[in-house]
This record gives sequence, structure tokens and C-alpha cells, in this order.
Amino acid sequence: MLFILLGVLVLHLIILILLIVSTAASTWSVGDTGSTDLWYNCKTASDGYHCKPASSDDWIQAVQALMILSVLFCFCSLIAFLYQLFRLVKGGRFFFTAIFQILASVFVMCGAIIYTVMRPDNHTEFGYAYVLAWVAFPLSLISGLIYIVLRKKE
Amino acid sequence: MLTVLALTSVVLLGVVPEQSQAITIYTGWERHALVGSDIRLSCSFFSWRWISEDVTFSWTYRPDGSRDTISIFHYTGGEAYVDNKGPFRDRLEFVGNPNRRDGSILIKNLDFSDNGTFTCDAKNPPDIVGRPSSVRLLVFEKLPIQAGVITGAIIGVVLGLLVLIVVIYYLMRFLVARRVFSLNVSKHGKKKKEGSQQRQGPAPPADPAKVKAAASEKKKQESRKDKK
Repeated sequence: MLFILLGVLVLHLIILILLIVSTAASTWSVGDTGSTDLWYNCKTASDGYHCKPASSDDWIQAVQALMILSVLFCFCSLIAFLYQLFRLVKGGRFFFTAIFQILASVFVMCGAIIYTVMRPDNHTEFGYAYVLAWVAFPLSLISGLIYIVLRKKE
Repeated sequence: MLTVLALTSVVLLGVVPEQSQAITIYTGWERHALVGSDIRLSCSFFSWRWISEDVTFSWTYRPDGSRDTISIFHYTGGEAYVDNKGPFRDRLEFVGNPNRRDGSILIKNLDFSDNGTFTCDAKNPPDIVGRPSSVRLLVFEKLPIQAGVITGAIIGVVLGLLVLIVVIYYLMRFLVARRVFSLNVSKHGKKKKEGSQQRQGPAPPADPAKVKAAASEKKKQESRKDKK
């Protein structure tokens, strides 16, 4: 029982770290000349590395909002998990934790989908932060489903 | 002691007049406008001296991608002279008040060719040493959404919905608790009525239904507590 709990907690922490790195790292598209990202567009020109704020299109702002919301909800579900761990009745299920975690996974999915569809087609490849977002989505979905199934025994 | 005083007074006299003769000019940094609209470019200055009668304002314009600056407005000797030959003829108007240190101009009916940098230079004799200030004009077909507006809106709406749902949930629990409480009270009243009626006739048929309703409410409450 303790191992299951520890495993679930470690998984949750991994998901949180993945989400934070994906939101903050801002390497969603990489090309030869530079990277076009969630927050900054950076270019390596002849005289150095220039960064300017990303275009304020509506879709980039929506992706930013969804990623930030997913980080917030994952963090809230972690706190709810710790709270319910000590306050739940025997045999109860971690519903609040599961709801927040599943919502976080839905937001990551929406953000990644919007970015994939609306990205300007400049023959650039996808960077590691984009991959991390897609990895975090099934992990958080699985984690949420585990919380639905998990019951507090004693 | 006297020499120290003399030295400090000389230093102060030397420093203060130079400071008080610099004039600082304020304009905006960047202005956004739609095609066809009017825009007011504001220019004001700060000077240590009183406003003299010879105060002058002058605006110059440098189009985007060009190195030539042309003069488009000049105010001197109490008279405003607007552009009557250049790109802004019949479109420029002086809307400032020199007595209040305001040298703003109004440009009407903007076009894409008006993109550029406007520089305001003000002089308040004898305060003439100052750096002109520039404002950049950007003319759009459609005003772009500022960065962060949609982000903040989405986050705010989702968090607000979450708070609303939590509040409604706790409110429902509270109301249901109150309803059960009031049901108990009416049950007691009904029981008393029952007791008085049984001496007279049969018990009222609505009573078992109410008992069942109270029991199901209690069960719902307990299951909600379990969920938490």
C-alpha cells in the first residue's frame, strides 16, 4: 500500500515538473535561424542572439493560458491529494484530486493541439518543450484515472 | 572655515544654474491608431523658469525607412504655423495650450504613409538646452490585441468558474442541511398532530412519504461526506 502511494506521488511530481518545464522553457519550435516559441522569438543573427517577445496573436495567448492553467490545476491536485490523504474517510475515493488532474490533462491536450494546428509553417521542427507537453498529457490522464480507482484503506 | 563656505557657495552657484537651465520634454513612446482615424500627439515640457512669451514648439516628422526629417509644425511668438506644403497639409491642427506647457497637435484622417517618428522640440527662453523627444506612430488596418489580454481573460474565466462551482457546492450542502433540519421540526409537529388525531381517526397518509424523503436526504448527506 505504501509503495503504491509513493509511486502515485512520484508520478504526480514528475507530471508537475514536466508541465512546468514545458510551459517555461519556451523551445516549442526550432529552426536553423532560431526558435519560435510560446513566450519569445529568438534568432541567431550575425551579431548575436536576439530575442523579442512572441507575436501577440490570439492563438499563442490561448496556448499560454492553457499551459499556465494546466500547471495550476496539477499543483492544486497535488495539494488536494495531500489534504485528502490525511482527511479522507476510510474507503473513500480521491475525487477532487482526480478531477483536477484530469482537467489539467485536458488543458495540456487543448494547448498542444491548438499549437500544432495554428503554428506558422516555416519548415521548422518541433522543440523539446512541445514534446514534453505531449508526454505530460497521457501521463496526467493516467494519473487522474488512478486517483479515481484508488481507495483509501486502513 | 570662511574658505570652505566660499568654496561651497561657488560650487553651488556653478552647479545650480546649469541644472535649472535644462528643459525636459515629454511625449509618448509609441502610438497606435487605425487607418482613417484622428490622433492627438501630445508634447509637454518641464522647465525651471516661468513660461516666457517667446516659448516655441516645433514638430518634425521622419517617415519609416527614410532618413529625411521635415518640419511640420512651429509655434512661435504666440502664433501657430502648420504644414501647408508637405504630407500633412490641411490635416494638421494645433490643439495645445502653450501657457500650460502643452504643445500637442492633432493629425486627421491617418493613412499608412503616416507611419514614422514625430519629434517634438520645445524651447522656453532662456531655458533652451534640452533634448527633443520622439513618439513613434503605427497605423494599423485593425488594432492588434495586446499581449496577455486573452491569456489573462482565459485564466480569469476558468478560475472564476472553479470558485463559482466550489461556492455553489458548499451552498447546496448548507441548504440541504437546513432543509433536513426544517423537515425534522415539521415531523415533530406532525407527530404531535398525529397523536391528537389518532385519538380521533386514522393517521394521515402523507406521513410515510415524508419520512422516506427525510431518510433519503440523510443518506445523500452521508454519501457526500464520504466523498470528501
